[in-house]
Amino acid sequence: MQHHVVLRIVCKLLIPLILLFALYVQFHGDYGPGGGFQAGVIFGAGFILYGIVFGLRSVQTVAPPPVVVMVSCAGVLLYALVGVAGPMMGGNYLDYSVLLDDPVAGQHLGIILIELGVGLTVASTMTALFYAFAERR
Amino acid sequence: MSGSVAADLLAQLAAIQVILPLLAAPVCVLTGRGGRAWAVALVVSWCAFLTAWGLLSQVLDQGVIRYELGGWAAPWGIEYRIDEINSFVLLIVSGVSSLALIFARTSVAREVPEEKRSLFYCAWMLCLTGLLGITITGDAFNVFVFLEISSLSTYVLVSLGSHRRALVSAFRYLVLGTVGATFILIGVGLLYAMTGTLNMVDLAERIPPVSQTRTVYAAFAFLAVGIGLKMALFPFHAWLPGAYAEAPSAVTAFIAGASTKVAVYVLLRFYFTVFGASFAFGELRFELFLMPLALICILIMSLIAVYQNDIKRTLAYSSLAQIGYMVLGISLVSVAGLTGGIVHLFNHALMKSALFMSLGCVFYRVGSISLASLEGLGRRMPWTLGAFVVGALSLVGVPMTVGFVSKWYLIFAAIDRGWWPLAVFVVLTSLIALAYVWRVVEVAYFRTAREGSAQAEAVEAPVLMLVPLWMLVAASVYFGLDTSLTVGVAERAAETLLGSGR
Repeated sequence: MQHHVVLRIVCKLLIPLILLFALYVQFHGDYGPGGGFQAGVIFGAGFILYGIVFGLRSVQTVAPPPVVVMVSCAGVLLYALVGVAGPMMGGNYLDYSVLLDDPVAGQHLGIILIELGVGLTVASTMTALFYAFAERR
Repeated sequence: MSGSVAADLLAQLAAIQVILPLLAAPVCVLTGRGGRAWAVALVVSWCAFLTAWGLLSQVLDQGVIRYELGGWAAPWGIEYRIDEINSFVLLIVSGVSSLALIFARTSVAREVPEEKRSLFYCAWMLCLTGLLGITITGDAFNVFVFLEISSLSTYVLVSLGSHRRALVSAFRYLVLGTVGATFILIGVGLLYAMTGTLNMVDLAERIPPVSQTRTVYAAFAFLAVGIGLKMALFPFHAWLPGAYAEAPSAVTAFIAGASTKVAVYVLLRFYFTVFGASFAFGELRFELFLMPLALICILIMSLIAVYQNDIKRTLAYSSLAQIGYMVLGISLVSVAGLTGGIVHLFNHALMKSALFMSLGCVFYRVGSISLASLEGLGRRMPWTLGAFVVGALSLVGVPMTVGFVSKWYLIFAAIDRGWWPLAVFVVLTSLIALAYVWRVVEVAYFRTAREGSAQAEAVEAPVLMLVPLWMLVAASVYFGLDTSLTVGVAERAAETLLGSGR
């Protein structure tokens, strides 16, 4: 990859923007179009682009495979545990209104946390899928 | 204080049923080691079984349980809705999973490499989540979501079989399973387009005014084919023999007992509750579609089973025939017929899981399950083959086993409609079942193994594999004698299903 100067420079410029855009889609999801799934795909695409252009070893130093698996589990756990917080605080499963004193603020907090869990899992699963294919000889 | 905690817990049972395995799935991966992941999966699966037991007894006492997810009221939000039929299926699925997991410890240690074991149990927990979710939910789209969870994890479980052929089988299952899931999604989508709702009870109220439209007919047909693919009804069965034969032994015991049963439940739910018996069977004559397929399925699959050399394949084809019996019961559209079909869900889960487990024990000791590798094992592995014989007798339908109870109700229902040839057909095809299980018994008990072959050296399987096997065998004899629980629940479920169409 030493020769593709244009490709490397453009990617170096683009990848931070891709990740930033993913974060925007993630955390703006409860006001506008977006949410955890879309954001996770964009975030994962940033890592995959980095891996394609700079090599598998570079991307695996940034995101080692065991960490990627851990993050995907953490996302599911976050989702399920935020749901469990509902019954703990006197509501039903996935009821966000009881999370805070103000039900509207509770709904905001709940959906942001849930979507964060979705985003983490989707981004890390995308990356793990890329690893699974790229590591084959 | 403790009283109110118990009451809170009871109120949340419906949610706990699905969340526990969902939470266990990532925990299995985080434990990192096969043994610890197994322990987590086992404990959670037994908790799910107790939960299902609690739900069933609650339903039998107080009637339908409804649970609003996220506190959103029913037609808008997703609701879990539990009546006799789905609490019964929840019990079957979680029970089979719990017993198969005890069996899995030693069997998986032989068949799946260590670095994949924690992921294996994670996939198992996701599969359990999906199957329980499909069964418990009262929302048509939610069925599709859980169907995808269970299907994707089943493809993974099948692909972990010890031969490379398992990959081909898993891929074939993936292609056909995805087609099936897509058809179900299209069917649900068309219903949504016509009625604007996804809640099953709400759909049942809103379909009748628009039932004479092409859109509803198309939804009806798409769902029939999609669910047919998922439950491997002839001619949509091509994925099943490979998937059952190549999957790891414990997985076969689990999915043979659980996953096609859930698909049969989905059929019941959509055609009796959502479309309603009077529309689906009274107007569109759905039974004229189901019954010929069921009869062909029973006859052809039983005959194919006789000619298989791999015993796991014999049992896989036999499973296809048994699905035929369930569908036959459903297509009689009477309380007796439905009772027979629903009881057979439970009974077949018991006997087929036991049979696949005993083959798993043979595979553990001998490393192969072709007919020849069973030579002389009747004496070398008496407990394993003894369990096989009881399971086989049950499959044939010998009195004092569960198989007899289901056949009895099917024959009774056929005679009730005045269809004598059908009753004769059920008896005759049971004789074909005798033919294919007898081959195994003959080889295992009346032939001696060649000197130096693996089966000549074989010893009895480990206790941890025999315990769940014999628990299933004992259950299949117990429920063959005392039918008050199984037939009682099935009868009430059948009455509810037929009643909801009126």
